[in-house]
Amino acid sequence: MAFDIYDFTTLTSSIHQSLSESLPPLAVEMIEWTLVGLSMLIFVALFGLILVYLERKVCALFQQRLGPMRVGKWGLLQTIADFVKLLMKELITPNRADKFLYNLAPFIVIIVTFMAIAAIPFAKGLQALDFDIGVFYVSAISSLGVIGILLAGWASNNKYSLIGAMRSGAQIISYELSVGLTLITMIIFAGTMQISGIVDAQASGWFIFRGHIPAIIAFIIFLIAGTAETNRGPFDLAEAESELTAGFHTEYSGIKFAFFFLAEYVNLFIVSAMATVLFLGGWQPLHFGSFEGFNQVMDFIPPIFWFFGKVMFIIYMIMWFKWTFPRLRVDQILTLEWKYLLPVNLFNILLMTLIVLMGWHF
Amino acid sequence: MKALIQYISTILQGLLTLVKGMAVTGHYFFRPKLITTQQYPENRQTLKMFDRFRGEVIMPHDENNHHKCTGCGICEMNCPNGSIEIITKMIETPEGKKKKVIDKHIYHLGMCTLCNLCVKACPTGAIVMGQKFEHAVWDRTQLTKVLNQPGSELMKDVKE
Amino acid sequence: MSNNLQDKIETQEYIVNMGPQHPSTHGVLRLMVNLEGEIVKNVDPVVGYIHSGIEKMTESLAYPQIIHLTDRMDYLSAHMNNEAVALCIENALQVEVSDRVKVIRTLMAELQRLASHQLWWCVMGMDMGALTTFFYGLRDREMILDIFEETCGARLTLNYSTPGGVMFDLHPNFQKRVKEFTKYFRKVLPEYNQLLTGNVIFKERTVGLGPLSKEDAIAYGVTGPTGRASGFACDVRKHNPYSAYDRVQFNEILRTDGDTFGRYQARIDEMYESLNIIDQLIDNIPEGDYQAKMKGVIKLPEGEFYQRVETARGELGVYILSDGKKNPYRVKFRSPVFSNLWVLNHLIKGQKIADLVAVMSTLDLVIPDIDR
Ligand code: SF4
Ligand code: SF4
Repeated sequence: MAFDIYDFTTLTSSIHQSLSESLPPLAVEMIEWTLVGLSMLIFVALFGLILVYLERKVCALFQQRLGPMRVGKWGLLQTIADFVKLLMKELITPNRADKFLYNLAPFIVIIVTFMAIAAIPFAKGLQALDFDIGVFYVSAISSLGVIGILLAGWASNNKYSLIGAMRSGAQIISYELSVGLTLITMIIFAGTMQISGIVDAQASGWFIFRGHIPAIIAFIIFLIAGTAETNRGPFDLAEAESELTAGFHTEYSGIKFAFFFLAEYVNLFIVSAMATVLFLGGWQPLHFGSFEGFNQVMDFIPPIFWFFGKVMFIIYMIMWFKWTFPRLRVDQILTLEWKYLLPVNLFNILLMTLIVLMGWHF
Repeated sequence: MKALIQYISTILQGLLTLVKGMAVTGHYFFRPKLITTQQYPENRQTLKMFDRFRGEVIMPHDENNHHKCTGCGICEMNCPNGSIEIITKMIETPEGKKKKVIDKHIYHLGMCTLCNLCVKACPTGAIVMGQKFEHAVWDRTQLTKVLNQPGSELMKDVKE
Repeated sequence: MSNNLQDKIETQEYIVNMGPQHPSTHGVLRLMVNLEGEIVKNVDPVVGYIHSGIEKMTESLAYPQIIHLTDRMDYLSAHMNNEAVALCIENALQVEVSDRVKVIRTLMAELQRLASHQLWWCVMGMDMGALTTFFYGLRDREMILDIFEETCGARLTLNYSTPGGVMFDLHPNFQKRVKEFTKYFRKVLPEYNQLLTGNVIFKERTVGLGPLSKEDAIAYGVTGPTGRASGFACDVRKHNPYSAYDRVQFNEILRTDGDTFGRYQARIDEMYESLNIIDQLIDNIPEGDYQAKMKGVIKLPEGEFYQRVETARGELGVYILSDGKKNPYRVKFRSPVFSNLWVLNHLIKGQKIADLVAVMSTLDLVIPDIDR
């Protein structure tokens, strides 16, 4: 089996070939899907744990604390211990809750994140689904998660949960618009909706450099709207701790709570990955026009590291937002979206179109 | 046009204040030396409380197992919540005189508010505040202490 | 069409119980909030969940013993509470305390005010969702608590004032530490502003929210920074100076806006004023006894005695009715938080739930002070 850290297509195709030699095509298909599913599952579980740990450490550093230090060296095993604790907790269903919806909600939330993650290109050839409408697919799927949140809030038979869920609904529906419009801006620039195509188009330079002003504006808006989409501070109204105790997941315990928790972090990853793909060149290394030596050094770093490096950078930015800003009020969230982000976004699309038409980009 | 400029400047000014706030948190993020957390059970050896820290009431004894408590009961009177009980007994001095001495100086740590009034009131300075602060026990009866050690006696030169 | 729809859909106000265990009430205060969607229609505070009977207990305690109970009322202004009772007893007995005691008390009170405002600031940030402020505020408060611990032996329940003086003399390190602290804190305070005060989200959420007019402030008896933000000149330190406040220069922070941001800013400004007062006093602490000679058993003459002081939250009045015995016949504390709490409904009607939390933060509630 050929393994090339710079290009995973050889790996995947060699797996495919060795399987096809001995098995009928249908079985090959099945096995491959199972393999992909398993690796996604493992990735999500591991990456979720790592992100939770990182969040706690990063937030601790912002707050001049040490963060978890007890379980394992530097508290490395803390999240695993927490996970085990959550697994062993009793699953409480509140009295007079809508049992079916109550139990369904966490699954919707988590399944949606899995569906979205399938379209993320981790490195060359390391992408489960590559539709020609990939960007559209991710944006469509990720907006489904709010259904889970709404159901959770509605079914818990708790007023706090209900308020939290309603806020979340209003918020995600409006910010979906901003995310969509920034995506359109970048699609106009890229000329394709296929995620691999967008990444390939950035081989000569990341869109954020090539698209200059409108791309940077779009990037900032995407960061803001993306933070709002993931329900994280300063947009964490749905679970505003000081107002609604824990918002829509107040009544969930044990592993069901863990699903919401995990989904939040996976969503964080998806938003960052999309930002990486659209603005920072996906897994493409950093290239500067004609500095050949520099470009070669950059090429030497494997694309998967590039991808995760950039994703981590954006995750760090989003964490930085969360641990610095006060929370917005529900009407201000809508004001921000409809009075500021939306007009700027629409103008930005025009600007981008103009730039693409006139060829004023690099 | 004016409205437009104002609109844009509100956005920019808003963004600027956000960046300023991020500069503060970022400043501390990159200076892990400034972390103020103490790792408590690990630093037990180096952890030193201030001299005046009021952790519990103790009665110091010297090397001959002598203390300064005369059993006068003033601390008991001064305690606002009855944390101190003084039990005295009569003994006969070698000269044949009857004398009242302390039998048990009972101190209920669980009830004490560490107000320092007893220490302040004690005419002989027999009790002081100790620095121990790890008072957790499994059974609250353990919080009732007898401050004078068994067999201890009054110091020679304490005026009654 | 929309009118028709609204007629057809039956809507209903609903009641949410915030508290007695709720993250934003900072203690066991229960608020019965009538909500219509997100809009608060009515707030009904239910108090008494942490009633400790301090006033009643004092009737069976001797005067020096009363003081340590007052630590537990408004635990963030412990020193001012102690001072109030001590002053009241001293007035009744016509005892003159030394200048040193006066200055020490003033210094301690201002440090306590700073510590209290720091805690208020960080909790305010946390209520608004900026969790990092919490740790910055506590970090700085820790320095003051260390100063307290070194001199008074306790961090929170100081019990430092006694009738006729203070419990201990100042610790030799006191001046050094306080100077270090003021120097450090003058550097850090602008950071507070940078992080929260100037923040556009914070401004948007607080400016113009829950305005309190001067008339209402007086009518409700709202004192302290909350009242002064509405223009009610109620600083006891200024208008009825006690201890060493007559010998220091400071401004009474008066604002006219009276909204949530005004109340916030009033406290931030008060921190600067407190630093000024400390700076003026720290270098000239007069020599003298730290404790005046008092009788073994203190008995107040028959009569009524009243003393008010300015705590971090407002005006604390101590009323002692004595029948000449060693215990008071009746003690009444006019606690600032109790009066400030009841203006909440007036301020919050028609606002959002999130605003309720913000407004409550700027009232700076300490629950045991309500239920003393
Ligand atoms: S410290 Fe106070 S409460 Fe404790 S025993 Fe002494 S007088 Fe009583
Ligand atoms: S400790 Fe002091 S006050 Fe108490 S009984 Fe002994 S001598 Fe008297």
